[in-house]
Amino acid sequence: MWIVLEALIKIAVIIGGLMTAAAYLVLLERRVAAWVQDRIGPNRVGIPLTNIRVFGLGQPLADGVKFIFKEEFVPGHVQAWLYVLAPMVMFVAALVLFAAVPFGYVDLGIEGWAPIALVVMPGLDVGIVYVFAVSSIAVYGVLLGSWASNNKYAFLGGLRSAAQLISYEIPLGLGILGVVLASGSLRLDAMVQAQATSGVWNVFTQPLGFAVFLVAAFAEAGRLPFDLAETEQELVGGFHTEYSGIKLMMFLVAEYLHMITASFLIVLLFLGGWHFWGVTGSEPVAGIGLALVRIGVLLAKFMVVVLFFMIARWSWPRFRFDQLMNLAWKVMLPLGLVNVVALAFWIEFGRSRFTGSAEWIAMAIWGWLVLVVAWFLTTVLVPAEPDNRPRLGPVAADLDEKEALSP
Amino acid sequence: MNPDDKNIHWVEEPKLGLAGKSYLPLLAGGVTTTLKHLVGRKMTVQAPEERHEIPDPLGYRGVHRLNRDEQGRVKCVACFLCSTACPAHCIDIVAAESPWPDREKYPQSFSIDELRCIFCGMCEEACPVDAIELTSLYDLTGKSREEMIFDKEKLLSVYDQTKDAEPMKSAQMREEGEESR
Repeated sequence: MWIVLEALIKIAVIIGGLMTAAAYLVLLERRVAAWVQDRIGPNRVGIPLTNIRVFGLGQPLADGVKFIFKEEFVPGHVQAWLYVLAPMVMFVAALVLFAAVPFGYVDLGIEGWAPIALVVMPGLDVGIVYVFAVSSIAVYGVLLGSWASNNKYAFLGGLRSAAQLISYEIPLGLGILGVVLASGSLRLDAMVQAQATSGVWNVFTQPLGFAVFLVAAFAEAGRLPFDLAETEQELVGGFHTEYSGIKLMMFLVAEYLHMITASFLIVLLFLGGWHFWGVTGSEPVAGIGLALVRIGVLLAKFMVVVLFFMIARWSWPRFRFDQLMNLAWKVMLPLGLVNVVALAFWIEFGRSRFTGSAEWIAMAIWGWLVLVVAWFLTTVLVPAEPDNRPRLGPVAADLDEKEALSP
Repeated sequence: MNPDDKNIHWVEEPKLGLAGKSYLPLLAGGVTTTLKHLVGRKMTVQAPEERHEIPDPLGYRGVHRLNRDEQGRVKCVACFLCSTACPAHCIDIVAAESPWPDREKYPQSFSIDELRCIFCGMCEEACPVDAIELTSLYDLTGKSREEMIFDKEKLLSVYDQTKDAEPMKSAQMREEGEESR
């Protein structure tokens, strides 16, 4: 009985918090986008029915109301039940994904009460595998939506998205595998705990894994520079071209939730989670005050990562599709493999030779060495190819025709 | 398109150096530019509380006005040069015999369809007596199409409204000419 109640409270808090966070992160994103473009951004909407403006904090409410009151329009040429199902699949998958994200343990100090795990699904031994499995379901939402829309823009967007998401699952997994090897567990809270006990965040000891995971997380979240699935300039809106009203909102919020989850995973796996040197201690269970501090630390790190997501959006141009695939298969996949192999090598042969803090210093040196060497080799062996035009110009004209055509 | 066409000049993209191939300077460059703009000066003018400053009202082409002479009469002599010059055909003049001795005709009615006007300023250029001018008022609004057809009274009232801030352009230019001389 208590377990059910506990789970229901957690679900309410998580869903409420996530929806609010998504709404206000949209506002933040709009403000950041405006600032980057030398504008001010939405700052007018305040408290309804008054003239009070609170830095535009009423904007998310206005956006939400607008989306909800828009006409529920279903075009005549769509496959209706798939069309309606798609946003739900994506939305539910994005929400359920968050059930595995831990916020630490709190000991309420009441006699006979076990410490409460601040996560919807406590004690999930397959944690990271679950995250993987559920995040893959999002592909179905995109595919269903694009196919059911019966629209060529949507279809192209869906194709691109499917190829992209499936390709980047592999580097994503390889990036995580390093953390799994280092912490020896698939549980997310155990991974954070491993970083808290050693005091060394994974980003310092396996920077290559972090780089691979970061790039793959951007691609999985479908954020620029990897938003090939919904490029406004070429595909109108990609897979959600034919959607409007609350169904469109579900798609957009689901994408935002993906970004939120990706940010949390980056923080938990590589940036020490709720651990911060000298502030939060390394014991897994904490009293109420310390637990709140930990949540604060976690959210602060989360905000930094989210801000990086938003700034990255305006910093780099979008990849071409062949460059995207090259990056996944020719760059990120080998780099991820190198990271896993280097880490396994370290754990098998290197770790036992050092003791105390020398172990972590040596591991960090090894990690950065691997990063520099692997990055340099990738640079030399798989150069970024900006030009993909067929070689038909004066260069090719000089060659023998057969030679130019042979692969 | 024939790729062997001698008229086609194939441009090769510059080759990336080692640093460029590693992608890192490009990443750093991109994020540096973004951060610079993130904290940089904002260009937004928060209308309606703030207004754009028009750098040179003399050269600005906003809402029209009909100028008055010293005695407060309309300066226009109903010569139709402006409506002839108008590429959008938005000026409509009805001429009548002038009640004053110093000219033959005056506009009985003078209306400009501000929705049709393209604000090219050719009426102003064409006018031989500097009667029609474009002011620097730019926020032109109305609730109906009829309201946006400005008649003589409205155009004269625009003059009354703007004459202090913007004296007649001919007078201004005369002053400037004298100063430079």
